[in-house]
Amino acid sequence: MPTGAELIEMIKAGIEEVQPSEAHEELTANGVALVDVREQHEFEERHIPGAIHVPRGHLETRIEQFVPDKDTRVILYCASGNRSAFAARTLGEELGYSDVASLAGGITLWKDRNYETVVPRKLSQEQKERYSRHILVPEIGLEGQLKLLDARVLLLGAGGLGSPAALYLAAAGVGTIGLVDDDVVDASNLQRQVIHSTETIDVPKTTSARRAIEALNPDVTVNEHRMRLDSSNVIELLSQYDVIVDGADNFPTRYLLNDASVRLGKPVVSASILAFDGQISTFVPHQGPCYRCLYPTPPPPELAPSCGAAGVLGMLPGVMGLFQSLEVFKLVTGAGEPLIGRLLLFEALSTTFTELKVKRDPSCPICGPDAPQLADEDLGKFPDYEAFCSGSVLV
Amino acid sequence: MPTVKIPPVLRAQTGGESQVPIDGTDVGEVLRGLAAAHPGTEKQLFGDDGELNRYVNVYLNDEDVRVLDGLATGVGADDTIVILPAMAGGRGL
Repeated sequence: MPTGAELIEMIKAGIEEVQPSEAHEELTANGVALVDVREQHEFEERHIPGAIHVPRGHLETRIEQFVPDKDTRVILYCASGNRSAFAARTLGEELGYSDVASLAGGITLWKDRNYETVVPRKLSQEQKERYSRHILVPEIGLEGQLKLLDARVLLLGAGGLGSPAALYLAAAGVGTIGLVDDDVVDASNLQRQVIHSTETIDVPKTTSARRAIEALNPDVTVNEHRMRLDSSNVIELLSQYDVIVDGADNFPTRYLLNDASVRLGKPVVSASILAFDGQISTFVPHQGPCYRCLYPTPPPPELAPSCGAAGVLGMLPGVMGLFQSLEVFKLVTGAGEPLIGRLLLFEALSTTFTELKVKRDPSCPICGPDAPQLADEDLGKFPDYEAFCSGSVLV
Repeated sequence: MPTVKIPPVLRAQTGGESQVPIDGTDVGEVLRGLAAAHPGTEKQLFGDDGELNRYVNVYLNDEDVRVLDGLATGVGADDTIVILPAMAGGRGL
């Protein structure tokens, strides 16, 4: 019987080995599968960018899941080139892969030759458990979860829409959540604003929501912004965040937010509700229409009952707020297709969804091709939004 | 007969109906038919010039009629016209 060293020599003689320079050259082309066959902890410490991880012990059972086409060019690597040589023989001789090579010298030589490696960020054991159901989904995975943890999301309003959105974004591990609200919790809020509780009546909504979020997920940093959004603070506030969730209860704030977000290039997930009906769309500046492309002018007060008091079914903002959190998830991770250029209407009583197309308005004064870029000094020139909402008292 | 979907803010004018069948061969004819059947909706749909108010969006099925032929856009018997005003509710409703 051969010794271990002799066996490795024999195996290597029967497979193709590629030098780091050759492998590096090949990997610049598409269609080459690079497979790391080391153990989990080795992969997590450092690996070659773009590598698929299939530990050698699971090679036979898992490789087809990652490399279904057996004529794909496959380059295997390990630490020094021995385990990958055995793996190459297995793939070539036992599983019928036609074009398999092993990286000579493994990642050690690769790194010595100054080719790129990545040191992946790690989740703590507690985070791995908490987010395991996300990580198991291929469209999310560890990478998507890290994006969520890095994301900074601003919620306008910690009320009907903001409550469910904030809870689910926090549960999903969105790392930083900003809450803009200058109100305190009222007993009449609790029928739908589920982030608050009986114990937090009369407490500022931002504080009440922060307590609930911190109890749910200590990974989340909550920034309380106890203020009303206006033209003097909107740019500075929005600049600190990646995505804005609009659950504002009035048109002045919605137009102000739109104009500022287009200037800053920040996506806005916009939803609104009335009685039993909801609307939602995602406005990504210059990729799709903006709020003004959809609604160039606000309706007159008699068609905008939100300036006054109106009723709403508690579950409706729940549904719409969760749709908003879903849109944020898609924007942050890049998974799926956000509601860009699409307006989704939801009628709760009939449980009917209607999707409408929304196009960019070429004459849009804010995002159209001829729209002036809003400069800092123009911020004070936002139209007097407060005027048309307070106009409701004139009718 | 085409169906007109009525938004919540106009339902007081349609006796609470959320969908109203109205005859007509183009969008303008259907909407004027709606205004005739439910006069309370007229001022909210049309300006003094007889054109659609700019704050009211009207869709033929899923397309904004403004990118089609506006009020002259032809309507078939199976089509749905959606009247859509902006809504702002969310935070404090």
